[in-house]
Amino acid sequence: METLAVYVPRLITTKEYFAPGHRACMGCGEALAVRLVCKALGRNVIIANATGCMEIVSSPLPYTSWEVPWIHTLFENAAAVASGIEAGIKVLRRKGKYSKKPKVVAMAGDGGTADIGFQALSGAFERGHEFIYICFDNEAYMNTGIQRSSATPFGASTTTSPAGKVSIGQATWKKNMPAIAVAHDIPYVATACPSYPFDLMNKISKAIKIEGPAYIHILSVCPTGWRLPADLTIRAGRLAVETGIFPLYEVEEGKYVLNVDFPRLRPVEDYFKLQGRFRHLTQEVIAQIQERVTAEYTRLREKAARVRDNE
Amino acid sequence: MVKKMIGIEGSFAIAEAVKLARVDAVAAYPITPQTHIVERLAEFVANGELDAEYIPVESEHSAMSACLGTSAVGARTFTATASQGLELMHEVLYVASSMRLPIVMTLANRAISAPLSIWTDHCDAMAVRDCGWIQIFAENAQQAFDLVLCAFRIAETPAVFLPVMVHIDGFYISHTIEPVQLLEQEAVDSFIPEYRHPYPLDPDRPVTMGAFGPPPIYTEAKKAQEVALRASKAVILEVWQEFSLLSGRHYSPVEGYEAGDADVLFLIMGSFSETAMVAIDRMRAKGQKVGLVRLRLWRPFPVQELRQTVGKAWVIIVLDRAISFGGRDPSVLKSRRRFIP
Repeated sequence: METLAVYVPRLITTKEYFAPGHRACMGCGEALAVRLVCKALGRNVIIANATGCMEIVSSPLPYTSWEVPWIHTLFENAAAVASGIEAGIKVLRRKGKYSKKPKVVAMAGDGGTADIGFQALSGAFERGHEFIYICFDNEAYMNTGIQRSSATPFGASTTTSPAGKVSIGQATWKKNMPAIAVAHDIPYVATACPSYPFDLMNKISKAIKIEGPAYIHILSVCPTGWRLPADLTIRAGRLAVETGIFPLYEVEEGKYVLNVDFPRLRPVEDYFKLQGRFRHLTQEVIAQIQERVTAEYTRLREKAARVRDNE
Repeated sequence: MVKKMIGIEGSFAIAEAVKLARVDAVAAYPITPQTHIVERLAEFVANGELDAEYIPVESEHSAMSACLGTSAVGARTFTATASQGLELMHEVLYVASSMRLPIVMTLANRAISAPLSIWTDHCDAMAVRDCGWIQIFAENAQQAFDLVLCAFRIAETPAVFLPVMVHIDGFYISHTIEPVQLLEQEAVDSFIPEYRHPYPLDPDRPVTMGAFGPPPIYTEAKKAQEVALRASKAVILEVWQEFSLLSGRHYSPVEGYEAGDADVLFLIMGSFSETAMVAIDRMRAKGQKVGLVRLRLWRPFPVQELRQTVGKAWVIIVLDRAISFGGRDPSVLKSRRRFIP
């Protein structure tokens, strides 16, 4: 992928649909991810955004960063609002009252997806609306002050799962949202990370063409919440992938493809030691996490290999 | 213009009104209790009698949320709910009115748990009293049919652009078969023009909807919304006036019954004002000077009309169908105190 980095960037539009001047923190991985997503989506799109960092930083009245039609209503309902937009356009087109056929995209953070918006998302998947749901996963409720979510990784210290004398921080394992999306039998599921920008944009381009629901889970490094220097966002995202903690893969019609694979994964500690949220972890806990990451990665690799062997 | 009288369940009459209004989208969820309104609408869509998208959402919260989406792209939108469902969609109601999305909803007024009860009261209605919607109470199936038709016209008037809630008493109106006069499609088409949202979500003209409002802008926005809701009364009066020419049935924000010379007045909203009329007839026959004030328009609250209708009565008996726990008075009684010395 790196070998393409000289030529490929020139193919990408210089047009910005997520304008600069927004109020995201320095080094925000999510703002970068949104920018790349918007470039790949182009202008024929309608975005339904859940409450969260991106909504707050991008739309303080009377300013807006959105060069495309965009709606924010509440925290837990992005998928339901997107359902309405998709259905509304469908009927208006049928009646000749709406000329374009924009792609409908719902965006939410990990809390708005894995926790409070979970039911609305499951409903929208089940009903089969033609839309892309993008989860920008920064692994906690960053906008409200770094509270834990069900997508916070095991061992991370947050304001509501603080590390303490008798606590290792988050004591539960990260909810596997992509697997849950796959379980809905939707046509396209993918993971992505802005540290791998072309992979991310390719996946968006692919999702646009899907008839039916598509789910893209993007790891969005949050220097503020992860206690990480703002200039290490891209490196942290790469390490998440290289350690196997956040593998990049896609699932098309149930078939797994591992997009970036490594002969040997880096130790998880390489990723942890950059971040203050894992600073308190003992070697025993790190070993426990390493074991789980290795096992999960092996399982994923096997799923992808089965698909390769069959083809 | 007017069809002959038929016997029809209140819910089905409302579904007929929604069909006649050529609604584009319906999103609904059968939380207990729902009504036959949405079942009948689903049937219309399934049989091709109504060209609309029926979104069978997974909760009432998502029902109103999906309505935000359909309405924001410019589709004429309807939903129906009752008690627990209304409670679940509570926060979304505020968004609908604040974002000025002209959604129409019927609310079958029913009790709120616990204990679980599916019977009529107005506790659900009073819980959403201040959500910024235009709110209208019907007394019977005919009024429900008429007022739902008028609701689309009121909501979508450019000067208004607010959602409208038509209250019908659960069971008494929703599940009872009553004589109703429907209208012809052509008559309704002339009454409710094609709906165009002035600035819908459209890639050719990108808009940002539902932006974040810092305090100075939030205050301005809420004030503007309040001014618009109060000003909507003029449009409501116009629409009802025009509807009376079409149907021969006239509606007012406050309607009196034997109220002119009454010493004692009942103040009632919803279906049991019809029961009160029967009682008043009997009492009048005995020479007792009693009358009735029916509150039709609940929000915006019709202060002047109420003051006029009350006239010289020296006792007003308010029959409230809601309880205000720990409060001094139930809701309707509280409103009454504002205009009677």
